[in-house]
Amino acid sequence: MKIHEYQGKEILRQFGVPVPNGKPCFSVEEAVEAARELGGSVWVVKAQIHAGGRGKGGGVKVAKSLDEVRAAAQAILGMQLVTHQTGLEGQVVRRLLIEEGAAIAKEFYLGMVIDRAKQRVALLASSEGGMEIEEVAAHYSEKIHKVWVDPGTGLKDGEADTVARAIGVPEAALAQARTVLGGLYRAFVEKDAMLAEINPLVLTADNHLIALDAKFNFDSNALYRHPEIVAYRDLDEEDPAEIEASKFELSYISLDGDIGCLVNGAGLAMATMDIIKLYGGSPANFLDVGGGASKEKVTEAFKLMLKNPKLKSILVNIFGGIMKCDVIAEGVVAAAREVHLTVPLVVRLEGTNVDMGKKILAESGLPIISGNDMADAAEKVVAAAKGKK
Amino acid sequence: MSILINKHTRVMTQGMTGKVGQFHTVACKAYASGANCFVAGVNPKKAGEKFEDIPVYASVREAKEQTGATVSVIYVPPAGAAAAIDEAVEAELDLVICITEGIPVHDMLRTRYRMQGKKTLLIGPNCPGLITPDEIKIGIMPGHIHRKGRIGVVSRSGTLTYEAVGQLTALGLGQSSCVGIGGDPINGLKHLDVMRLFNDDPETDAVIMVGEIGGTDEEECARWIKANMKKPVVGFIAGVTAPPGKRMGHAGAIISGGQGGADAKLAVMEECGIHITRNPAEMGRVMQRVLKG
Repeated sequence: MKIHEYQGKEILRQFGVPVPNGKPCFSVEEAVEAARELGGSVWVVKAQIHAGGRGKGGGVKVAKSLDEVRAAAQAILGMQLVTHQTGLEGQVVRRLLIEEGAAIAKEFYLGMVIDRAKQRVALLASSEGGMEIEEVAAHYSEKIHKVWVDPGTGLKDGEADTVARAIGVPEAALAQARTVLGGLYRAFVEKDAMLAEINPLVLTADNHLIALDAKFNFDSNALYRHPEIVAYRDLDEEDPAEIEASKFELSYISLDGDIGCLVNGAGLAMATMDIIKLYGGSPANFLDVGGGASKEKVTEAFKLMLKNPKLKSILVNIFGGIMKCDVIAEGVVAAAREVHLTVPLVVRLEGTNVDMGKKILAESGLPIISGNDMADAAEKVVAAAKGKK
Repeated sequence: MSILINKHTRVMTQGMTGKVGQFHTVACKAYASGANCFVAGVNPKKAGEKFEDIPVYASVREAKEQTGATVSVIYVPPAGAAAAIDEAVEAELDLVICITEGIPVHDMLRTRYRMQGKKTLLIGPNCPGLITPDEIKIGIMPGHIHRKGRIGVVSRSGTLTYEAVGQLTALGLGQSSCVGIGGDPINGLKHLDVMRLFNDDPETDAVIMVGEIGGTDEEECARWIKANMKKPVVGFIAGVTAPPGKRMGHAGAIISGGQGGADAKLAVMEECGIHITRNPAEMGRVMQRVLKG
């Protein structure tokens, strides 16, 4: 689960990491008022969306008067902000962060991820702050310094000092770097984060380290023990179809194509998308109904897919294990009746009680196209999608 | 022969008395030698009771001492599953198979840290388990699609493993053992570990390796295969069409930071001599062709 920058900074502050004074705002008036309360002579007006790359897309502006704050807030609030992470349609800006400006002497990158191969939390640090870390990794991999943190000891002071020196933090700020790195690590572990980034961490002209940005992604499997993180959720930033799916414990992801897929199991669901592509079609979604798909779940899954105006055909691909094919077939028939299917439906069943399942489909009187195996089903669903064009 | 488990294996079930545990314990007990293999359940609140004639013990240690069970299968819900693994590791079992899906990643990081230097092997979590056809099934896979034979199967996915097994069985190619290593980012045995076991198993002739997007396990396994594997390997990777940055159902199935894409994995696998297919409907047929030479 992702959160906004200002929320990430609230978390960092709780763990002792210095962040600029700032306020989240939802209107132009609030933004001007926030700047007045913060005082000073330079402010930064920052679009709050979950995607990165906001600066390049025009979502971050420096203002040197309250009038400039107003103008910047007017320009950014409500804009369709397009970044390399939003896709071409962009994301509407509904929230702003107004912050005091900082006199930047140097910018660093700090990141924390879970290293799957090493089975450790990895701290990444670089002297190339402000840049996309993927870009740094691609062109200056020697400038990324890594520490794999021992879960038994946590991040040691010596490790923090070594990394800080390696990226060019001056001796005078080393103690602060320990606080920043240690705080980031504790926040990462205690809040069950999967990813955290401070990009940039800046050194001010008077040798203070401040986190100018904050990005977090949390483990959705651990949210049950973090109501405070759940409270940060912003549904405006999520795909409505994916929100709807999660209510029914369906794992759904929207894609660009026109062939809907309904599959049991994540691996088989991905493979189903792949085989559609292989046979010249394009999948409209990833949809895993899970191991215990009931009639209700299947019906909801159909409704979700049919909300997509681009949809031209649907492929149901089930390998019945625990899930019995006759139960799934009944679910598919009931769902197809209830939602008044308007596109061709191809169903491929395999596994437990497959013959009973096929019989139910055949006797339903519905125009269901039967696929004998994955390849046959994929071929038929692609042909059906093209026939409708 | 087979890898990791056979009809002589003695298994305890942690989380046997829950709804999921009950359902699968009945199915596992009914499969092949299951009635002899599943000898204990663990639940401190139900110690002394029985389920399906299987006695329930208060702790893993007690279950081990009383029954000689050396393997555990875990159906405990996510919040307590990592602690259940810890208990099995502390009791020095040989093998733990964790079926549970949805364990927090940081819990697994701590558990894997505690497992360092311990003898216990872990399969999973978030996996279907493993099966040696006609001998023993530990996990949630449908037993009837399998057939005894000489092909090994290792996979990160559940139903996609069934797909591979179903194709093999339909072509008359039986399986020596099938191992689901699970879809989580932090897990126990990797493709490479299982491949090593298949390489050493005299009754496995060839292996199907099913991977998916996320991480670099398949690449590491492929490089090991190039240097060490004496048997042919057929490979498929799910998720060629998956967009970056999106978690595709499995917690571990995500392309992030430019890493873990399916095409890159397939390229490394092919370069390492694995017989790859981009068509998930062709895994069995490619194996058939490879065996015919």
